[in-house]
Amino acid sequence: MSLWEYANPVKFLRLSERVLPWLWGLSAVCLVVGLVWGFFFTPDDFRQGSTVKIIYLHVPSALMAINAWFMMLVASLIWIVRRHHVSALAARAAAPVGVVMTLIALFTGAIWGQPMWGTWWAWDPRLTSFLILFLFYLGYIALWEAIEDPDTAADLTSILCLVGTVFAVLSRYAVNFWNQGLHQGASLSLDKEENVADVFYQPLLLCIAGFVLLFFALVLYRTGTEIRVRRTRALIAREGKLA
Amino acid sequence: MPDLGKYADAVLSAYAVSIVLLVAIVGLSLWRGARVRADMRAVEERTRRDG
Repeated sequence: MSLWEYANPVKFLRLSERVLPWLWGLSAVCLVVGLVWGFFFTPDDFRQGSTVKIIYLHVPSALMAINAWFMMLVASLIWIVRRHHVSALAARAAAPVGVVMTLIALFTGAIWGQPMWGTWWAWDPRLTSFLILFLFYLGYIALWEAIEDPDTAADLTSILCLVGTVFAVLSRYAVNFWNQGLHQGASLSLDKEENVADVFYQPLLLCIAGFVLLFFALVLYRTGTEIRVRRTRALIAREGKLA
Repeated sequence: MPDLGKYADAVLSAYAVSIVLLVAIVGLSLWRGARVRADMRAVEERTRRDG
């Protein structure tokens, strides 16, 4: 069995119907347990006080904001190379989810930054590239909406996605590239010195799992919706031709 | 409720905004999905009936 079989919309829908209940359920469990654990049952940080609890929202959402764009990049490349409609629709379906993840990361970052850095916002390399990534998400969605022919829209949004990838990479690695600005390095690291303390690490991992599962659930569900929209339009067009 | 000290407003508003946004994207996705499914069924039914 090949992965490309799921480029067939019927097979894709059949698979997503089977997988989605598990994804919704697991994501809800991970998010509820992770957030309740983090909010109610972890101590304050000796420097950040209770604002450390924002980490359970900020880190997973920022991670997903960047990785959603990379998922869109892969789907766009598949569209460009193999012309599978489902992959173009999956990229389209992921964009609003990416916007929400980016918004959560920006909001929670600003809310955390005000008491910790003394400012809501700074034109720091990571923050700025993240804001530009957010604008790319909005532009990507607007471009899909603006073009009537779906294949042309898929072509042009795929190119936009390739260009926007620069800012997705910058959002992730800006701290390492410039080594300046307010934003600290990664909260999660294989280096024990850099990694967050174990007491915060375990609920954080659970929240990350919850965000990842929720992202996949939303993208699968929304891709199914886009497939059905396309089928409905095709049926209506056929009716029009017959009439 | 844990004692959030002087940062209570910051922490609670971060959770409130995030939960509202997450619920909104899930709710809107499910609502649109249900509407599209119903539209598609109606069109399929009509096509079948009219041949």
